[in-house]
Amino acid sequence: MRLRSFLPRNTACTTIATVALCTTPALAQSQESNISAADTAWMMIATGLVLMMSIPGLALFYSGMVRKKNVLGTMAQTLLSTFIGSVFWVGACYSLTFRGDGSFIGGLDRLFLHGIGMTTTSPLAPTIPEMLFMAYQMTFAVITVALVGGSVAGRMRFSAFVWFAVLWLPFVYVPIAHWVWGNGWLMRAGLLDFAGGTVVHLNAGVAGLVAACVVGRRYGYGSDNFAPYDLSLAVIGTGLLWVGWFGFNGGSALTASSRAVFAIVTTHLAASTGALTWTALEWRTRGKPSVLGMISGAVAGLGTVTPASGFVLPWHGLIIGVIAGAICFWACTKLKALLQYDDSLDVFGVHGIGGAVGTLLTGVFATAAVSATPELPQGNAGLLDGNPGQLFIQLMGIAATLAWSGLGTFILLKIIGVLVPLRVSKENEIDGLDLTQHGEVLQ
Amino acid sequence: MKLIVAIIKPFKLDAVREALGQVGVQGMTITEVKGYGRQRGHKEIYRGAEYVVNLLPKIRIDVAVDEANADRVIEVIRESAATGQIGDGKIFVTPVEKAMRIRTGETDRDAL
Repeated sequence: MRLRSFLPRNTACTTIATVALCTTPALAQSQESNISAADTAWMMIATGLVLMMSIPGLALFYSGMVRKKNVLGTMAQTLLSTFIGSVFWVGACYSLTFRGDGSFIGGLDRLFLHGIGMTTTSPLAPTIPEMLFMAYQMTFAVITVALVGGSVAGRMRFSAFVWFAVLWLPFVYVPIAHWVWGNGWLMRAGLLDFAGGTVVHLNAGVAGLVAACVVGRRYGYGSDNFAPYDLSLAVIGTGLLWVGWFGFNGGSALTASSRAVFAIVTTHLAASTGALTWTALEWRTRGKPSVLGMISGAVAGLGTVTPASGFVLPWHGLIIGVIAGAICFWACTKLKALLQYDDSLDVFGVHGIGGAVGTLLTGVFATAAVSATPELPQGNAGLLDGNPGQLFIQLMGIAATLAWSGLGTFILLKIIGVLVPLRVSKENEIDGLDLTQHGEVLQ
Repeated sequence: MKLIVAIIKPFKLDAVREALGQVGVQGMTITEVKGYGRQRGHKEIYRGAEYVVNLLPKIRIDVAVDEANADRVIEVIRESAATGQIGDGKIFVTPVEKAMRIRTGETDRDAL
């Protein structure tokens, strides 16, 4: 808390108080913290919102779209991602992502949160407790792992998915997150990714595509009826994701500030125009505006605007949403049909493509009007603000993420495949994951 | 005794039940079934995937009646279940060898 908010603007009082605090034995060893109650309160809420995006947001969104026999199994993947992601995050993953000066990977000084006390702050988020910064980032790691599961829904063996969560988090997510947000080489190169266009969406999307190809298509894909079990669950999930995204993008400001507000409004508008665009295109090309199309368009808009949200103006969000709705609609219908990959829940088509497009568009629309800070008074500028060079940095970030995620996921799956078959047996796939992997059936 | 099996459109169930009640039919078994005849199915579209669903939901009514009432019951079902559109359904009649009321052990006509 800032001392000034509690004491009169009296230099003598402030000085005495500061001296008193610094000489208190417990505090003498730590830096004087600049923890803001307002920032902390907001970030606590944002952390809750992003966790809600996973449980139950993504769980519902995904499960509603699979067949009845796989609903619980699909939820299990998101649940497991939460358990494993959380434990491994506080173990070594937080430290390796957000500590140290390494270009490629962080340090281990915060192993099991060692050294994080009541007043400790991270230089990356100086006005909130480091424990909170860690927890907030944990929710991002969790949802990224959970997102990948959507691509292999319906046929991946649960034990293989457990291995996947355990290995993919430290070996694929952590490095990319370190490069982009943990003072790694991409951050130093000036890559702009406000809330995870590369780290979360492109990363999960590419990993999902690779996984879908390595694990293979579902039995009966293209011929059997794979109609969703209950799209109303998916709609509820979308609502939780949308509202949660206020924490995902707004919280990435790491402060309770106008920047967070701008990010939230931009996010909301992109979701709206994303949904409208997909709906319009579908209405035009297929004759009816489906509810699945509406929620897909909304999520496409949300994912695409994610890297741009704290760098652009709200009206840019409207445009980004339109582009997202159009490109992701094309990816999920035309591109998928062309390449014939079985990405069950279109993680690549929505998050992968959306994340890449959004990261690029950040280089187009970034403006100092939103991104100027006391530390960076000139802000971040993109193409429209007269800085076309930013586009190349964005492309570099996209390429790096694509390469590391693609290659890393492929190698890890091959390794896991030696330990345990990636797929369930054909008979189990026909009977469904709920019964065969978990011994449960929706009545 | 005869077992009358009627496949009807689901929304006609209440009308048929009421009509049967008025000719003395006091019990029946209802099952939710799927099927098709001349009525074509519909197309569902989920993102890139299109499914033509040929199986349509119907209601199956099983009712056992005395032979003397069979024709009247069949006529009542037909009148109350018909809409004039394709897909109204079908009625089948099979003989019943034996019937029994579980609670009392009454058989045949006394069990109906």
